[in-house]
Amino acid sequence: MEAKTAPRSSLLRPERIQRFLAFGGLIALIVVFSLASQYFLKPDNIGGIFLATAVNGVLALGVTFVIINGGIDLSVGTVMTFSAVMTAQFITIWQMPVPVGILAGLLTGALCGLANGLMVTKMKVPPFVATLGMLYITKGLSLVVSQLKPIYFNDTPIFNQVAMGSVLGDLARVVIGVFDPSNPMVLEPLANPTIVDPIKNIVLVFFGAAIIAAFILGKTILGRYTFAMGSNVEATRLSGVNVDRWQTAIYTLCGLFAGLAGVIIGARLNSAQPALGAGYELDAIAAAVIGGTSLSGGEGSILGTVIGAFVISVLANGLRILSVPQEWQIVVTGTILVLAVYLDRRRKK
Amino acid sequence: MGEPLVVMEGIDKSFPGVHALDQCHFELLPGEVHALVGENGAGKSTLMKVLSGIYKAEAGRIVYKGKEVEIPNPRAAQQLGISMIHQELNLMPHLTVAQNIFIGREPRHHIRFMLDEKALNDQAQQVFALLHLNLDPRIKVADLTVAKQQMVEIAKALSFNAEVLIMDEPTAALTDTEIDELFRIIDDLRTKGVGVVHISHRLEELKQISDRVTVMRDGKYIDTVKTREASIDRIISMMVGRTIFEATPEVPEKPSEEIVLEAKNLTRGNLIKDVSFQLKKGEILGFSGLVGAGRTEVARAVFGADPIDSGEIYVKGIKVHIGSPNDAVKHGIGYLSEDRKRYGLALGMDVEENVVLAAFKKFLGAFGWVNRSKTRSTAEQYVKMLAVKTPSLQQKVRNLSGGNQQKVILGKWLTADTNILIFDEPTRGIDVGAKSEIYHLLNNLAQQGKSIIMISSELPEILRMSHRVVVMCEGRITGELNIAEATQEKIMQYATQRGEVLLVDEPAPTSAPLGDA
Repeated sequence: MEAKTAPRSSLLRPERIQRFLAFGGLIALIVVFSLASQYFLKPDNIGGIFLATAVNGVLALGVTFVIINGGIDLSVGTVMTFSAVMTAQFITIWQMPVPVGILAGLLTGALCGLANGLMVTKMKVPPFVATLGMLYITKGLSLVVSQLKPIYFNDTPIFNQVAMGSVLGDLARVVIGVFDPSNPMVLEPLANPTIVDPIKNIVLVFFGAAIIAAFILGKTILGRYTFAMGSNVEATRLSGVNVDRWQTAIYTLCGLFAGLAGVIIGARLNSAQPALGAGYELDAIAAAVIGGTSLSGGEGSILGTVIGAFVISVLANGLRILSVPQEWQIVVTGTILVLAVYLDRRRKK
Repeated sequence: MGEPLVVMEGIDKSFPGVHALDQCHFELLPGEVHALVGENGAGKSTLMKVLSGIYKAEAGRIVYKGKEVEIPNPRAAQQLGISMIHQELNLMPHLTVAQNIFIGREPRHHIRFMLDEKALNDQAQQVFALLHLNLDPRIKVADLTVAKQQMVEIAKALSFNAEVLIMDEPTAALTDTEIDELFRIIDDLRTKGVGVVHISHRLEELKQISDRVTVMRDGKYIDTVKTREASIDRIISMMVGRTIFEATPEVPEKPSEEIVLEAKNLTRGNLIKDVSFQLKKGEILGFSGLVGAGRTEVARAVFGADPIDSGEIYVKGIKVHIGSPNDAVKHGIGYLSEDRKRYGLALGMDVEENVVLAAFKKFLGAFGWVNRSKTRSTAEQYVKMLAVKTPSLQQKVRNLSGGNQQKVILGKWLTADTNILIFDEPTRGIDVGAKSEIYHLLNNLAQQGKSIIMISSELPEILRMSHRVVVMCEGRITGELNIAEATQEKIMQYATQRGEVLLVDEPAPTSAPLGDA
């Protein structure tokens, strides 16, 4: 038949353009900031950017699934906090082993996600309202469980040490040590960090989670139905797919990622801070949207979300280095968000 | 052709207020293309939705391949080998062609939760090969033309090994060459022994493709005839019947000759093609045609709700620019949408507020506040004049019946001093009693010198109410009739006249011409 059926170059696919737009924006930001400040490209600063991206990034991964599915999850920030509190409750208060505490945190997140999913599918509460409710519920529960006070992981310093250690740095030292045993980086690692030492282990957890998320979204049934339902939920239902069950699974997965973020932030701060969390959901949604995930569903990618998360943290970091007051950083982030969606709209017209 | 594939007997189905199917009968043979025709609302789609498991009949039985079957849901229908392609396509635009075809039954990797994308694309390719269809399974559905999307639906239906394929108005959005391609595929399926049900309004098209025609009217089975033995005229007369509307049309008084609204060569993409008409003072001009003929589009264009590509609009002989509904209202044009709840009313507001909504400026006091006593007296006046049944002016419009909601909208436009009123399906969803009240109102308005365009899919309504009838088909005006010469048959002929094709009375060739197979 006619040439119209020839596949368009995959580079020209709309969501890829958006991703390249986001990627281009990220590169542009990096170039501008590194020209403006010598400090920007220092390993320590880059490590800081990665660290700042990790928590928001993990949250954004889960949110990406929900948004592609055509929903929204406003509760991820406070679910994260509640998961951190539960982890601390298990480890510090109940003196459980660290792995059990981590598991408890993950499970807490997943259960909150499951509750979100059931509210949306069984009780037919709109996602916005259901997850807004969950935002308040988990915010309150965090305060209840923690009795309004931060819980510290003081008895288990290993938790923080592992999280904030650097496997990459250790690996580098091993390699250097083989060739040059007397190198100061090997003899006195604390005073002489390697170039990869600022990349902490929780950053690796984030990248690992991103790879798993990309795999689920791209290669599994769950990922396929995430797109299908976001694209046309009625058609998916008519095709015999159990829409309710899969939607519940997606919210549960999002909750699981929030739980993981809770464990990460707990380990990083060496404490569970019950008052933290509100506002994180907006950063996560912003990351997904900047990365090309469409709030009307059906479109988006994990790579885009990772880029979006980096755009936000690079922006915050760069502006801070340039001594832009924090309140103005927030203004700029908002502007970038609107700009990203505006460009997306124009492109689609 | 042997034993029937499907026999439906005594099928009954009601919706609140409508007896949609009344003792309906239908029979489909293997290797047959069976056309199902009837006016809008005759029950064609409903009958086929019963067969494909979307609706459940209240009475009657379905015999499939000699055995009586229950079809509780679409899944069950698919498993039996019955697939339906709906008027609005049921595809996921963001997924690829292959992903759409196998949604819900994707080939899996040997790790169970993983997809096997290669097998998926290969299997889709195999389905296309069967259909002699050249389509890349990896392309996104959103990037396809509507015709190609239709092919994807057909491929999807056939991938269930469908033996019964139901197509609801498959050609409505297709061009001629695309229709040829579709017919080639249908013909192909026929030779493979698939039974195809083809729901369509386009009668000359049925001549081309179908073996038999079943006619429905008002939810009732009328007759089944061999296509080659039936003339189009006969099918049309079966479709409209003669008994639906017994009352003699009450033609209102003759309008004056003054032209208040004239549209010249309105064009908007494929939806409106070179449409010109005139509306006289005190006239009711009926716009007839089938659903999707472009009548609403013309109304919205005149009202400024949609942009036009070209064309001119004259109000009282003066050329005007109408770029928005606001402009239209300034020129005295009001539009009463067919979707009252969505476009006509602020449902959560009360009767009084709705009545004054389009003319708020008239009620503003010196400092920009609303003069309540004025709005109240105006609303009272229209509620009385239009006989709106409402407990009070403060009743939320949401709680009124359809007919009374319609009156409130009318009151709104009268408050805004509109002289030209466009009614889009004014009696849709309104019960019989309220209908005649609305008719009465329309006549009164015309007598008072208001000019009215009435879009209606109900032929009796058109014949009863209009001075003149304009008939549209596929964005064009295909005919204009004075009420004295208008009959249901004539309107139906114009309404089914697509493109340049002329209706012929002789039997059409029996076999469908083959496409570029």
